[in-house]
Amino acid sequence: MEVNVTVNGAQHRVDVEPRMLLVHMLRDRLRLTGTHVGCDTSGCGACTVLLDGTPVKSCTMLAVQADGRSVTTVEGLARDGQLHPIQEAFKEEHGLQCGFCTPGMMLAAAALLESNPDPGDEDIRWALSGNICRCTGYVNIVKAVRRAAGAMRQTATQAG
Amino acid sequence: MYPARFDYVAPRSLEDAVEALAGGGDDAKVLAGGQSLIPLMKLRFAEPSLLVDINRIPGLDGIAEDGGRLRIGALVRHNDVVGSRLVADRLPVMAAAAPLISDPLVRNLGTVCGSLCHADPAGDWGSVMLALGAEVVARSPSGERTIPVSELLVDTFTTSLAPDEIVTEVRVPLPQRRSGGHYLKLERKVGDFATVGVAVQLELDDGRIGRAGIALTAVGPRNVTATEAERVLAGAEPGPDAFAEAGRLAADAAEPVDDVRGSARYKRAVVQTFVERALTRAHEIAGGSR
Ligand SMILES: Cc1cc2nc3c(=O)[nH]c(=O)nc-3n(C[C@H](O)[C@H](O)[C@H](O)COP(=O)(O)OP(=O)(O)OC[C@H]3O[C@@H](n4cnc5c(N)ncnc54)[C@H](O)[C@@H]3O)c2cc1C
Ligand code: FES
Ligand code: FES
Repeated sequence: MEVNVTVNGAQHRVDVEPRMLLVHMLRDRLRLTGTHVGCDTSGCGACTVLLDGTPVKSCTMLAVQADGRSVTTVEGLARDGQLHPIQEAFKEEHGLQCGFCTPGMMLAAAALLESNPDPGDEDIRWALSGNICRCTGYVNIVKAVRRAAGAMRQTATQAG
Repeated sequence: MYPARFDYVAPRSLEDAVEALAGGGDDAKVLAGGQSLIPLMKLRFAEPSLLVDINRIPGLDGIAEDGGRLRIGALVRHNDVVGSRLVADRLPVMAAAAPLISDPLVRNLGTVCGSLCHADPAGDWGSVMLALGAEVVARSPSGERTIPVSELLVDTFTTSLAPDEIVTEVRVPLPQRRSGGHYLKLERKVGDFATVGVAVQLELDDGRIGRAGIALTAVGPRNVTATEAERVLAGAEPGPDAFAEAGRLAADAAEPVDDVRGSARYKRAVVQTFVERALTRAHEIAGGSR
């Protein structure tokens, strides 16, 4: 079946079997390997992408379901060679160790900051509670999201 | 992991979906949020020949008040319930349960109706809807019928739906009198299914209890209605004695088994405590302690 999908702003037309999962279309067909497969059983959130801005598990969705919709992967965060403020903040706050959970974490964080530009620690922990990290203990991830929120609010004020 | 091969259609109308499902025979399945069905297909526990994806059908995503009931469409996601003012104002038991279901990512896709159709005894909505006395509306080529949730949930992963029926909405009666409700869930970590869950709904009538609804999650082959506990509460004076008695009777109604989440004895004890606590909270919400 043909899937017409916008991924990170670019239009793609991909021919897939109905049983192909969204994550495999992204990784194997579009070569966007930033989206990771952790558990493959819907439990870890490593495969999180944004579907029309909403974070979902791309291992628990069919590629054909994305037809006509817009997907954002971690490759879509940086703009013009500039890291996204969330990426910058994860780097600064050591919000990652092995990095396996990081793409999913950052996308879940991006969705949170879109709806709540000034979240408290509890809001951040709650929003990221579907994303599991085996390394960091989460403390620096929460710090990173708070730092990114601050940076993004500042940019918004300057622009406004 | 890849699911086994299947055909896929994504109709744009309910009529087309009903026709496609009926045409697909006994092995055709509805795809709603996919948060239970797709994992099962990946593990090859489910191998449908045809998936009828209902996500492109307009008009199924609303939560609306209509003639004394709340209508919740087949595409209302768990997270839509979390964000609903109407639910927060009128049905605190739903508002309490919604944020405890799974994790934020699953809540963005999984649906209330899909959860009921999945009939997992560890599903939270089953208990909530039993406590509220809700019913679902099912559509097939031969027409439409309503099925009380108490008759929908037959056994583990088994409903009374015919293979060609699509649930279009769940209808929850809105309490007319002073009422309150609450959901308590014991989980090992965020995103886990319940070790034990308890849903209660309490309606007060002139200082006494009118209708009481109590149902239990993850302690039986399906969501269990604590019928005896409901019966002793109806007409009783609300208060610690009645609530403790209801807790004991609900624990008797539970049929827990030993598993990784806990022993049967432990779960039964949790049921007793949770029913008592949830009733106390529901009574407060109903304004009973004023
Ligand atoms: C990691 C994880 C954790 C979870 N934790 C919880 C939890 O704590 N509590 C909980 O209650 N649930 C939990 N779930 C399950 C989740 O709530 C699912 O969303 C829900 O059980 C099924 O809803 P769905 O819309 O995703 O249905 P689907 O997966 O699309 O379908 C499930 C079944 O119902 C049928 N069906 C769906 N919609 C209809 C319809 N309208 N008419 C007829 N048949 C239909 C399908 O054919 C299928 O057989 C969890 C899931 C995951 C992946
Ligand atoms: S890989 Fe998708 S949830 Fe773990
Ligand atoms: S940094 Fe290793 S899993 Fe999160």
